[in-house]
This record gives sequence, structure tokens and C-alpha cells, in this order.
Amino acid sequence: MTAPAYNFAYLDEQTKRMIRRAILKAIAIPGYQVPFASREMPMPYGWGTGGVQVTASILGPDDTLKVIDQGSDDTTNAVSIRKFFTKTANVRTTTATIEATVIQTRHRVPETPLSEEQVLVYQVPIPEPLRFLEPRETETRRMHALSEYGLMHVKLYEDIARHGHIATAYAYPVQVDDRYVMDPSPIPKFDNPKLDDCPALQLFGAGREKRIYAIPPYTRVVSLDFEDHPFEAYRHDAACELCGASDSFLDEVITDDDGNRMFVCSDTDYCEQRRALGHGPYNAAPADPQGSSHTGASPTEPA
Amino acid sequence: MTTPDTDTPLLIAKGLTKYYGRQLGCRDASFELYEGEVMAVVGESGSGKSTLLQLLSTQIEPSSGSVTYRMRDGSLADLWRMSEPARRFLLRTDWGYVHQDPQLGLRMGVSAGGNVGERLMAVGARNYQDIRATATDWLGRVEIPHDRIDDTPRSYSGGMRQRLQIARNLVTAPRLIFMDEPTGGLDVSVQARLLDLLRRIVAEMRIAAIVVTHDLAVARLLSNRIMVMKGGEVIEAGLTDQVLDDPHQPYTQLLVSSILPA
Amino acid sequence: MYVAVKGGERAIENAHALLADVRRGDRAVPELTLDQIGHQLALGVDRVMCEGSLYDRELAALAIKQARGDLIEAIFLLRAYRTTLPRFGASVPIETGDMDIRRRVSATFKDLPGGQVLGPTFDYTHRLLDHTLAEGGDVPEPATAPGDDTKFRSVAELLAGSGLIENNSPAAEDVGDLTREPLSFPAGRDLRLQNLARGDEGFLLALAYSTQRGYGRNHPFAGEIRYGEVEIEFFAEDAGFAVPLGAIAVTECQMVNQFTGNADQPPRFTRGYGLSFGQSERKAMAMALVDRALRAAELGEETGAPAQDAEFVLSHSDNVQATGFVEHLKLPHYVDFQAELGLLRKLQAEFFARGTQADAESQMTALQDAAE
Repeated sequence: MTAPAYNFAYLDEQTKRMIRRAILKAIAIPGYQVPFASREMPMPYGWGTGGVQVTASILGPDDTLKVIDQGSDDTTNAVSIRKFFTKTANVRTTTATIEATVIQTRHRVPETPLSEEQVLVYQVPIPEPLRFLEPRETETRRMHALSEYGLMHVKLYEDIARHGHIATAYAYPVQVDDRYVMDPSPIPKFDNPKLDDCPALQLFGAGREKRIYAIPPYTRVVSLDFEDHPFEAYRHDAACELCGASDSFLDEVITDDDGNRMFVCSDTDYCEQRRALGHGPYNAAPADPQGSSHTGASPTEPA
Repeated sequence: MTTPDTDTPLLIAKGLTKYYGRQLGCRDASFELYEGEVMAVVGESGSGKSTLLQLLSTQIEPSSGSVTYRMRDGSLADLWRMSEPARRFLLRTDWGYVHQDPQLGLRMGVSAGGNVGERLMAVGARNYQDIRATATDWLGRVEIPHDRIDDTPRSYSGGMRQRLQIARNLVTAPRLIFMDEPTGGLDVSVQARLLDLLRRIVAEMRIAAIVVTHDLAVARLLSNRIMVMKGGEVIEAGLTDQVLDDPHQPYTQLLVSSILPA
Repeated sequence: MYVAVKGGERAIENAHALLADVRRGDRAVPELTLDQIGHQLALGVDRVMCEGSLYDRELAALAIKQARGDLIEAIFLLRAYRTTLPRFGASVPIETGDMDIRRRVSATFKDLPGGQVLGPTFDYTHRLLDHTLAEGGDVPEPATAPGDDTKFRSVAELLAGSGLIENNSPAAEDVGDLTREPLSFPAGRDLRLQNLARGDEGFLLALAYSTQRGYGRNHPFAGEIRYGEVEIEFFAEDAGFAVPLGAIAVTECQMVNQFTGNADQPPRFTRGYGLSFGQSERKAMAMALVDRALRAAELGEETGAPAQDAEFVLSHSDNVQATGFVEHLKLPHYVDFQAELGLLRKLQAEFFARGTQADAESQMTALQDAAE
């Protein structure tokens, strides 16, 4: 038994070619889920194997890689994946969104606008937006093929009938290029508008479910809704207590045993860049209009 | 909606035959159905009437024979030469299918409003208030109280479920509806109310219907024409009143006499 | 002052160092060798090879050692290693009829050519903890009989000549490989059997059990179970003939199941098939029952039980996939959770606002009632 010598970025070239073919097909049919022969990766299924395989297949020695999980470069799984590529591909890594050529993400789209020079790779747990309405793969594939998406709106109808508005907070379904309904991965719906007309190529990899799909640059991406109940992006109605940003998606952090909490940017790079430019908290008063005790508070939808 | 064309048949079945392996399901069924006409198919279980309904509604492919349908634009289409998308589109817009068991025809976990609205949303309705208003109107037409619109059919009685299934099917104003024992499994008093409702709506909307039933009373009440099936073949056909009042075939006579005491 | 969490990298390194430490445990206790695992925990090694779909006792033993005895983790390690290996092709189908038999039992015939061979088995042992084993010590040599080269035909083959049992469907020219192509539905029997062979023993066992309890009953008889070594050969394009690669130990189970016939086919026995690496009888038997259950639709039988639902069974049988996805819930989900939290607050606020309004109205009514 000798230690195996791994290829550049772990996957063998034959596998990379297979995945690149799937990616090309995905780009050619925006939003369509292309089946691919997902490999067993040295990290568990559900922990980003799809994203890792896509990244491994498109990465070149000159690329600069950024990996985020929940918007942060320093969460354990992001660290683990970044280390994996440092080890197997020896590529340059960065935490700065603007420096990266390939960004692998779980659950967030960076706040800093992306450019044509960049590729955003999403990790996807369940690629099928119809899955929880129709568990059968044979049936959902037929529904996609025939554009039978009435059921998707039935779900939204039920939300409104029950709650008064659409009660989907993340993994909010979109229609790509006026054709395929697609799951944008479990990003908060706050990020949905960033998918539309985005200059960067967006690739989605689901390893366990063996699917790859894509949104080519500058593609129309519409969040499903009703005319009289239009899609609304949601964020906590507060400013970041570190950098004062009032346009970023916020994490709520519990600061002590009494349940006091504060809001900070979920995108750590965005927050750091702003602070480097001299931005800080707006004032000493709690940014949360509801005060620190939050029971029953009702954040409002921003315009 | 197009103006009714009373000269050309809406549906033409020619020599419809279906074998399951070596077993005969239905042989050489041919007939024409005109707009607004209600045809009953009667017979015992195993007579082939359900097979015929499945053949007509393209749920199973015939071993031989054809079904031709006059589309809304007036063109005639051979249903088995149509593409699957076109056929499925027809099924959810211009056709309806009422199952004997409403659980098969409804989404039991979805509210009544969602059940009725689904077909509208499937063809592109995107205004919540409009969809809801249409659903409310339809619930009224099938005599379901408006305040039950957000309840799921799980909380409905058998009769209400069946009426909801009818509303769900009729909301896109189909020209043809298939019904498989629509009153089966319901209490007699509930049956009477449902039949009354069906007769009224079908007449008002001028919908053509093919109703499969083993109950000659249902056939007499709903249909203009009747086909009697036995052993996979149509043995007698004609105007409902004529066939039931003056049956020619001994089998039909037996069927008619067996229900007379009821 | 709050500072965003940093130091994930350091924490991971430290956690892994700690894992290495507890894996080794008390240094005063001698370290396990791969030989010890391979020989004395042989059935664990068999299972890891089977579900890891890589026949290599030494690597499987290493995986078990590295995984601290967690067999699913060991299977995962083996799979992740396997996926990096170059693939030359598929072997020539093994011939279990030529098996060098160590065990062979049939539940359908009292005696049959070749006889019943019990071999090493837990069957008929009394499950009493053997305290003498705790101390170790000499184990007497077992009795042996001189070997012979007789080939034992399988029970299903014996029946086949009579027309009482279905013939095996002819081998497909082009057998699929679900490690190279994503599984799609409907899946052919070749892919179903591959999936089941890699499937989790516990999952298949439960499904097989459910068929016996009436959820998709298929009236099985254990036609034959055999375990032993078979030669494995690879057809070398260059040489133009099949080259022997060596021998592997496998367990094969052929279930014989009743079938009542339909309009096209006469009543006869049908087959369910199970094959596993090493001595994994439970797995091979469960696999054979599930294989047969998955053929219900093809045979025109009533369907609807979980074990008969190919999409359900094949999509959930893989324990590496299953454990990954179940355990991924450990990963941070705070973005989704925050989004959900925001929504929930909004819904609650609306709920209580409605309640307050209703309370106020009912109070008004009460006041009016009191005034009247």
C-alpha cells in the first residue's frame, strides 16, 4: 500500500472531462438539471461534494479561490474545503470577493457585485424545486419537460391563503430564462435578485443527487410570485453593528445568557472591507428598533 | 370560448380494442359524441366499461383503433398521434376527469381553493385575488360554503369531496368530461343531490360527458344516449329512454328488470 | 465588543489531533494490527468490502482501524479511495457453480447432489457469552474431510430443467455501472442489483423483513445459500483471452419465490438474487428478498409496499449518501435559520395582532352585554 498520488484538484482528468461536459450542457440549457456521474469524494455527501466536484473541474493553476459558508470564509466547512484545494491544487486562495476568480459558496451570494471574470459555484443539497410537492423523480422530470409548473404556484397560493403572504424564506424557487423552474439552493430570498442578469457565470452542483445546473451570465432569473403578492426580498430591519451597513443580509448573534443579541453582516468579507474603509456602527444606540429584548418583535419588509 | 359546432362530432371512437395479454378488455367500440351530449356506458363490473373510459381518456393505449378529437380551433386530432405535452395540456384544460374515489382526483393536503385554482395556475393565472374569486365562485356553484375555502378536503364529507372534485375539473370550462362512477360509494340522499347538481351544471355549460356507471338510474337521469357493454363489447346502444324503456338484448332486459324494483 | 468568529482552521486541526489521540487510546494497550482485524474481525471486514464495493481485505482492515470500528465510516473511507482508482473494465462474470464451497445450505430440499455443507456458521450456536474467550487461549483444530473438486449445481438450476422456475434473463450485452453513470428510473435489474449489493445491510434487512410481514409479501424459500471462493477473470484486449486475477470469497443467495401467473404467463417459481463479498449471509438473503420485491411490477403483481418501490428503495439504500446528508445537519444553517426566524416573527406578530383585535372586540361585546 502506497499513498495514492492525487491528480491536480483531486479528480482524474477523465472525470473532470465528464463533469465539464455536464457543465457545458447545463450552460446551454439554463436552469435544467443535468444528471452527472457524481464521484465519491473524500468529504461526506451533503457537505459540498457537488460544489467541490464542479470547482475541481473548472479550477486552473492561475485561479484564485474563495470559499464561503453562510457568507463567512471562516466557518469550519469553508475552511475545510479551502484547505482541500490548497492541498490538492495548490491554488491561491483569498477571502476578498473582488480578488477571487472562482467562489464556492454554501447558502449565500456575496454582497459585493460579481464580474464577468468570476464564476460562482453553489453547493446544492436538494436540486429539485418540485421535490417536496412530488417525491417521484420520474414525475418531476416529466413536469419539467412539459413545463407543468402549476403545482409550484399551488404551494405559493397555499402560503398566502394560510399566512397572508408567501412563507418561503430561503431556497425560494425561480424561473430561469422563462423556461425551467429552479431551486437557487438554500440561499435566503434576500439573495434571489442577485441571480438575475448577473455578469458572472453561476454553476450549481449537487453531489449526492448527482445533478449540475447553471445560470449563464446575464440571464433573466425571476422569483415566482403572484401579480398581487409580488416577491419581496427580506432582511432584518437593522444595520450591521460592526460596519453600519444597512443593505447587507444580517446574522443575529446572541451575545449573553440573557438572550441579548445584535446584528452583524453575514458576509464577513463585505463587513471587513467596509470597516477597512472607515465605516463603523452608526451610533451607540442599539440598531435594532425593537430593542434588545426581541420577543414578539416584528421586523418589517424594506421597500 | 368557441361557438358550439353541432354538425361535427366532438369525439370519434373507431374500432377501439384493448387486450391485456391474452385477455380481452374491450373490442371494436365505435361511436361519435357531439358537443353538449351526455353518453352513459353501463354494464356489470368486468364488462369493459372502465377499459373503454381509460382508452377514451388516453390513460391506456389501445391495441388497435383510434380516438379523434375536435380541438378548440376546429381541427381534428388523432389523440394517439398527438405529442405527450399536447395531450396532457388537453387533459388539464379542455377535458375533465371525475374519479369514483375523490382522493384520486383531489390533492388531499391542499386547501379547497388551491384544488380548484391549480388548473388556472397551470395555464398561467398569476393573480391571487382573481384565482381566489374564481375558486369562491366555483365552490358556490357546487354548493360548498365559502368559509370552507381554506380547509383541506380531508375535513370534507364524501359528498362534498365529490362536489369539490367536480369544481376542480370544471374551472377551466372544459368541453368534455369523463366520469367514472361519480356517485359510487355515496349515500342515496347524497347521490340524489350530486346527480341533480351534475345534471344542472352539465346542461348550463353545455359540456359533453361520458359517464361510466353500473347504476341505470344514474344513466337515466344524466344521459341522452347509452351504450350497454358485456364481455368487452358494446351490445346495445341508442337514446337512453328508448333503450331503457324498450331493451332489445336479453342482457339489457335483465339489467333493466333487475333495477325496476328499486 | 463582539468580534466575528475566527480561528476555524486552528480549531479543525486541533480537533483532528484529538481524534488521532482517542483513536489510539491508552498507549499502554497494544495497538491493533491489520492482521488482527483482518482475521479476527473478518465479518466486519467483509461488510466494509461489500458496501465499500472494493475487494481488498487489507485496505478494509485499515479503514476499520482508522474509523475506530465505525463500519459506515470505514465504508466511506474505502469508497473515497476506490473512486480515485483507474478503471480498466468489468471482469468476466464469476461462475458461482464452480465455487470452492465452504458452506452450502438449501431450505427446499432435504438432500441434493453435493449435500448440505454447514461450514463456519453462527447458526445453531447457543448465544451464551463465552467468558473463556475473554482470556483467550488455544482453540482446537477443527475436523476436516478431504476436499474434492465436485461442482455443486445450484438448486435453481436443478429446478430450471423442469420448467417449474423461470429462466434467468439472458445477460445484458451492456451492463450498466452506477459508479460511472447516474442512476435513472426506471432502473434495469443490472443497476438495481448493483445498488442493492452496495446498499446498507441494515436498510435492506428491514425492507426484506417488511416483505415477510406482509408489506409486499413474495412467498420466499431459501433455495440455496452458498459461500466460498470463486475465480475471477478479466478479459485482456491485448492478449485476446481472459486472464485470471485470483480468487475472491463471496456469499450467494438464490431465493425461490411463488408466482401465481397472469394472463400471459403460467404459474411458476421465480427468482430473487443476492450476492455479497466475503461471508455476509444476512446481507445476501435480504438483498435477494428485496430484488424479488422490486420485480413485482414486471411480474404484474400488486404493488404499493415500500420494498416494491424502486425509486424509494434505490434512492435511500446507500449508507454513505444517507449518513452524509443526515449528518450535514450539523453544518451551520444560520442563514436559513435567520431567514426563517424573521418570517416566524412576522407571522407571530400578525397572529397576535389578530388575537388582540378579536379580544378587543369580544371585550366590547361583553361591555355592551353588561350595559344592556
